[in-house]
Amino acid sequence: MDFNGFYGFLGCPQNTSLCVQIIIILIKIAVVIAVTMLHVAYATYFERKVIGHMQVRLGPMRVGPHGLLQPIADGVKLFFKEDVIPQAGDKWVFQLAPIIAVFATLSALAVIPIFEGFMIANINVGLLYILAMSSLSAYGIIMAGWSSNSKYAFLGGLRSSAQVISYEIALGLSLVGVMLMSGSLNLYEIVKGQQEYWYGMYLIPQFLGYFIFLVAAFAETNRTPFDLPEAESELVAGYFTEYSGMRFALFFLGEYIAMIVMACVAVICFWGGWTAPPILLKWFPFLAVVPGIVWFFIKVYFHIFLFYWVRATVPRYRYDFLMRLGWKVLIPLALLNIVATSIIKYAF
Amino acid sequence: MAVIKDLKTKEITINMGPQHPATHGVLRLMLELDGETVVKCTPYIGYLHRGTEKLGENKTYATALPLTDRLDYVSSMSNNIGFCVAVEKLLSIKVPERAQYIRTIMAELTRIANHIVWIATHALDIGAMTVFLYSMRDREWILDLYEMTCGARLTVSYPRIGGVRCDVTREFMESCYQFTEEFPEKILQYETLIDKNRIWLQRTVGIGIISPEDAINWGLTGPTLRGSGVPYDVRKFAPYDAYDKVDFEVPIGKNCDVYDRYRCRMDEFRQSVKIIRQCLEKMPEGLVLAPEAPGYDMPAVPPKKPAAPPPKTAEGEAPPPPPPPPPPEETGPVFNELYVATEVPKGELGFYFISDGTGKPYRMRLRAPSFVHAGVLPKLCEGSLVADVIANIGTIDIVLGECDR
Amino acid sequence: MTPQEIAQLINEKFPSEVIDIKEFRDQVSVTVKKEKIIELIKYLHDTPELYFDHLADLCGADYHGKKDIRFEVVYNLFSIKHGHMIRIKAQVSEDDCKIDSVVSIWAGANWHERECYDMYGISFTGHPDLRRILMPEDWEGYPLRKDYPLKSDLGEKEWKGYKQVVEVSEKNKAYEVR
Repeated sequence: MDFNGFYGFLGCPQNTSLCVQIIIILIKIAVVIAVTMLHVAYATYFERKVIGHMQVRLGPMRVGPHGLLQPIADGVKLFFKEDVIPQAGDKWVFQLAPIIAVFATLSALAVIPIFEGFMIANINVGLLYILAMSSLSAYGIIMAGWSSNSKYAFLGGLRSSAQVISYEIALGLSLVGVMLMSGSLNLYEIVKGQQEYWYGMYLIPQFLGYFIFLVAAFAETNRTPFDLPEAESELVAGYFTEYSGMRFALFFLGEYIAMIVMACVAVICFWGGWTAPPILLKWFPFLAVVPGIVWFFIKVYFHIFLFYWVRATVPRYRYDFLMRLGWKVLIPLALLNIVATSIIKYAF
Repeated sequence: MAVIKDLKTKEITINMGPQHPATHGVLRLMLELDGETVVKCTPYIGYLHRGTEKLGENKTYATALPLTDRLDYVSSMSNNIGFCVAVEKLLSIKVPERAQYIRTIMAELTRIANHIVWIATHALDIGAMTVFLYSMRDREWILDLYEMTCGARLTVSYPRIGGVRCDVTREFMESCYQFTEEFPEKILQYETLIDKNRIWLQRTVGIGIISPEDAINWGLTGPTLRGSGVPYDVRKFAPYDAYDKVDFEVPIGKNCDVYDRYRCRMDEFRQSVKIIRQCLEKMPEGLVLAPEAPGYDMPAVPPKKPAAPPPKTAEGEAPPPPPPPPPPEETGPVFNELYVATEVPKGELGFYFISDGTGKPYRMRLRAPSFVHAGVLPKLCEGSLVADVIANIGTIDIVLGECDR
Repeated sequence: MTPQEIAQLINEKFPSEVIDIKEFRDQVSVTVKKEKIIELIKYLHDTPELYFDHLADLCGADYHGKKDIRFEVVYNLFSIKHGHMIRIKAQVSEDDCKIDSVVSIWAGANWHERECYDMYGISFTGHPDLRRILMPEDWEGYPLRKDYPLKSDLGEKEWKGYKQVVEVSEKNKAYEVR
């Protein structure tokens, strides 16, 4: 791997001193984590509101105006809850599992360019790094399932590992089309590459890849209809059945961060990241004043909304159908997409 | 490959319940799993056993009535009606026609309410969360209708031996009519959400198959049996109340699976609406409680002479009638017995009374559909996947209060 | 076929078994001896013109001190094909408290017989899995028998599950918030 030297890796001008650079990096990390945490808190709020309105009810209404302070109340409650560790469980692994789950997903945020020139680490294998980190979080789930010494948690962990491994392949393959088109694994380059088209996104030529990516992302983040590892009606709460209080909250956090990361990757790889479609800017030039971060967040929120929308609509898959879908439908389709993209790229 | 052959695999035993989100109460299933496949399924019940049959033996017929509410608490009105129909036949009380129609309306409203709870929980178990809230919203309307008639919403005890407690109001009739107008649209809403959904179809079609012969042999009744294509319905075979005066069909399934049982219940919604509509239109004026209906202080010992002081009725609205116990015999007790079945939403609810001529039943036996249906679970579940166990528990529609009695 | 005709048919087929035929409100109960119950039930189940395919109910009854033979096992049969019903009552004495199981004829009889065993202590020979069903496994006594006490203070002889509950509740009183 070529990091363009240490300075390039950190994404700073080369003439600043190391000390200043590290401080800048730390500030960036703090900002990203703070923004993400706030987003996670309000993602839960919006999930409850959106699903609530889809289900002809109001959602949280009591804490603050329209229940706006509900996530804070939830956080405080979870923080002060008693932390129960199963007596027969593997204590250290049990405590380590939620930390791994959260930190793996959290570190994936490091390479995501939020707007022009803002990313914590500009590495040229960004996409691979995100895939690696998202599969690392499966370790947290498996460890949680194993160490709880509960059969429901164990089954949940097993299901999760099988599911993550199967869908990891489809997820990776669906992004190969994007890599072929942009010729880079660097997320910044991928966004720039999309600007070459008048519509400014890979979504249109890569519609098949986008579809596969979305389905695999749902499975990767254990969201409905693929929430088998935590299938409430079968496995009580799946791998975190035995968790309570703050450790439970960490898993929750991990799941939501993973959801946000997946939404970000979808936006960067298929929707043109923080850029607006050139054709739109040509027709409505005044849109150029809208900063990139706004575009980026609108697109990310749309994807998060999509997660909620699907959750409110469809039932849960059965385990064997899930596997069949992953191996017999998504992976062949993804391969087909790669072949088609390569041929077109070679021919034109 | 020899290494893999030498590996020993072991089934895990999972204790599903009595506290589990999807076992509809306190059902406990011991599942032996080979991976995700169920090798053996053993249901354990009795966590909600309250000894209703024993209690019934120590209460008079009239005071045993509220016990039946607490059996199947999502369709309490049907249980009450079943009990009343049985006791009326035992005491040969003739129910006024208006009361018969009111009870038919109530029984069908209860059928809708029960099937609403069923579709809500069944869909939630399979993972379709929205149906739950849509259908619970509509159940509220039925509970409001209950409240208009008798003030209670869940454990109603509204029917009485010999009729119903009080007459329905004009307001109720109008609201009920409006309900029959609007409810068919609501059914369409549920169907839009799940009927053609591919995941729903995958989860239900071809799951939990039980052939018609097996279904009868296992004693299944109600929609669970009709999903297998057997048109057995007590309302048609032995009509009670006003069921012989209304026109309705008995929907049956074809493929004997979870999906067909679901379709049966969805069609029953429409038939129930049809019955309620007819009852509202045909309902005559008149008394709602038979003059000879027994009161709460139904004598524990039968009056020796016909001129014994008659008990008061609970409401005091009808003139105090003479109680109609079976003719007293001088030579020891004579045991008469009677088995009367009614069609409650879950299946055939049978009351078997042995009467010794006193005001208390000598033996009160309850044939609860949930009890019989829970017994068939091992047959449905063994060999299927864990996820299908959940679908199967949902499809047989059990309430543990009735199962354990 | 009317219930009276069915009863007549049974009487002709098993004259030595039938003890009593009684009619009440259009329902007929046939009291029989327990020895050939399987044969009788099989006859009712298999004969095409009778064809009692639906076991509506199976339960026990206790006539403690009221009749010479204490228990009865009651079979309420219904034919879905023909729409007729009959009630068979098999007498079971207290000192030979067992009867043949009909699980081989109706699979649905399984739990009914278990319940009958649980509540009356009538054991069913040939039953595949005769355990208590509603009461706890270590329960003593048969609750629906007429001589079962309705209320009692057994003290030391109390069921140990109940004793445990009382103990725990005594212990937890220390944490009660007043």
